[in-house]
Amino acid sequence: MVAAMSNSAAVAASTWVTTFLERLPAPAGELEAVQWRGREALSRQPLPSRRQEDWRFTDLAPLTALAPVLAPSSAQVGWPEPAADVFRLWLDAPDDLLNGQSLPAGLSILSSDEVQQALGHTLAACNCEQHWPVELNQASATRVLALRVSGAVVPTLELVSQAAEDGVMRPVRVLLLLEEKASLKVLQIQLGSGCSLSSLVMEAHLGRESTLRHGLLALGEGQACFLGHLAVEQEPRSQLESVWASHGWALSRFEPRVVQVDGEATTSLKALQLADGQQLVDTHSRVEFRGPEGQLDQLHKAIADDRGRSVFNGAVRVPRAAQRTNASQLSRNLLLSNQARIDTKPELEIVADDVRCAHGATVSRLQTDELFYLQSRGLSASVAAGLLKRGFCEEVLRALPAAAAAWRPLQRMLGED
Amino acid sequence: MIRPDADTLLEIVDLQARVEDKPILKGVNLTIKAGEIHAVMGRNGSGKSTLSKVLAGHPAYTVTGGSVRYRGADLLDLEPEQRARLGLFLGFQYPVEIPGVSNLEFLRVSTNARRMEKGEEELDTFAFEDLVRERLQVVQMDPAFLERSVNEGFSGGEKKRNEILQMALLDPLVAILDETDSGLDIDALRIVAGGVNHLASPENATLLITHYQRLLDVITPDYVHVMAGGRILRTGGKELALELEDRGYDWVDQELAVLEVA
Repeated sequence: MVAAMSNSAAVAASTWVTTFLERLPAPAGELEAVQWRGREALSRQPLPSRRQEDWRFTDLAPLTALAPVLAPSSAQVGWPEPAADVFRLWLDAPDDLLNGQSLPAGLSILSSDEVQQALGHTLAACNCEQHWPVELNQASATRVLALRVSGAVVPTLELVSQAAEDGVMRPVRVLLLLEEKASLKVLQIQLGSGCSLSSLVMEAHLGRESTLRHGLLALGEGQACFLGHLAVEQEPRSQLESVWASHGWALSRFEPRVVQVDGEATTSLKALQLADGQQLVDTHSRVEFRGPEGQLDQLHKAIADDRGRSVFNGAVRVPRAAQRTNASQLSRNLLLSNQARIDTKPELEIVADDVRCAHGATVSRLQTDELFYLQSRGLSASVAAGLLKRGFCEEVLRALPAAAAAWRPLQRMLGED
Repeated sequence: MIRPDADTLLEIVDLQARVEDKPILKGVNLTIKAGEIHAVMGRNGSGKSTLSKVLAGHPAYTVTGGSVRYRGADLLDLEPEQRARLGLFLGFQYPVEIPGVSNLEFLRVSTNARRMEKGEEELDTFAFEDLVRERLQVVQMDPAFLERSVNEGFSGGEKKRNEILQMALLDPLVAILDETDSGLDIDALRIVAGGVNHLASPENATLLITHYQRLLDVITPDYVHVMAGGRILRTGGKELALELEDRGYDWVDQELAVLEVA
């Protein structure tokens, strides 16, 4: 019986992929070869199933309920004006990505030869070039925003993608090469509504002593699904600060993969994910130190309410070569309903002996004493709970690049708009 | 200030309460009128902190008997936030730290909740900032504390000053101060007590819950009550506090033993 059911599930899954591939236009453009390879891989690779450890808690049913096709976009729904120090690119723009604008000083578009050489390099370094969500993106993305970063770029680069039409898929592919001592702030906005699929693959190579501040705000609605993948290679003395926040998707999965190629780099990861209704929000992160004296500071926060489900898996690899690594990972979770569910799992593999690796996870409800304190000052129970939730979220949201404020992340995530 | 014709603000009759299965209050009687300052003294475990939490409506305590009337209404029937809006204030012994919630925002929301109840208009951010800066002087508090999260990383003295600042903003009719003196050095004690004295008026009343006489050196109570075994054993004037200071609590234990045998 069980075998029969999983068989039929497997058939349904492979049908989904077949149908998806059939509906794609013929490979073309600068990523033609990548598309061919991605489609080939998808047709051979089964859809991830919950029998795989990496997908154990993540049911892809919301994704397979969609029938996404590539379609040109016309929508810019609910976008705020970009602030003065923001350089915004609309990644779904029907024509030229730059749309006549010239890039800020320090940013330049990679030549197609350079793209050929560099695209996929960081994915391979992070060992995820054959990962299913990556192949899904490679099979469908028709272009890549590929930028070289030299020196300190002043404006925040804001990259916006929106899947607002029923039945569309929006694949976004980004490649950033930060030269030695370069610095850049990037804010990615991913919006989805209706029965749509947003797919993001971003690679970043951080040269020595370079700094990347990266923010990702992924806000969905309804049946929309989001699959995001961030691969970062860090050379020594580079700094990565990545902050992401996700809410509202029927299914959201974000996979940051960071490799410190020779150690000695600094990585900071902060996340906030909210699941309510029937939503499932999942982060699978992996940080690998391939040399000594690397640092990691990771904070992952989640709130699950109603029948929502939050999944966090935080892998940290510290092989023998990574002596004197200093890593900390903390997972803090609020469980606000009896039917909500939180799965959180640190996954530390430590072979080196001279390291400091701290990790911790907490799951709790709102604290009675905190609620009572606020109520005893005249706040109703619901206002008090809202204030406590806001406080919980703020710690992560205030670490987003300042440009994120225009998108009102707190109000949108807590439904206060 | 005792005035025979003053309005009765709080009337506690035979109040009994427990936490989980443990009875703590075993019949407390206390009447507080406008203008009065009352002090409840007693050893640890005598029930004095429980009394303050029951009055404020802490959910961990269950009232099992008796009644409390607040300005004629049944206090025990009200949610904690309604009690606060109607002018009952509890200064916490251990003020709670709330990371991520701005102190200024918290003070504004709570002040407005009380103002609305009094039929006054809500204060916007600017009007509130003016008010809060003026009230900060009552407790000589650094405005920098407004920008921080509620009580987060505050020292013991700073937390207590923040409590009195809240009291100054909420303008309560009955302020219950639970061990406000604990953990304060003598300078902080003077500042906090100065704030309480400044806020006392013929219209409101204060209930001080304390362990030590030293708070009563700086705030003069009209009545002193000695609590033991979940009851008020004896009531007197400020000389009763001095007597306690002098003789200790042993005689209270003896009186309580006699009472419990009977």
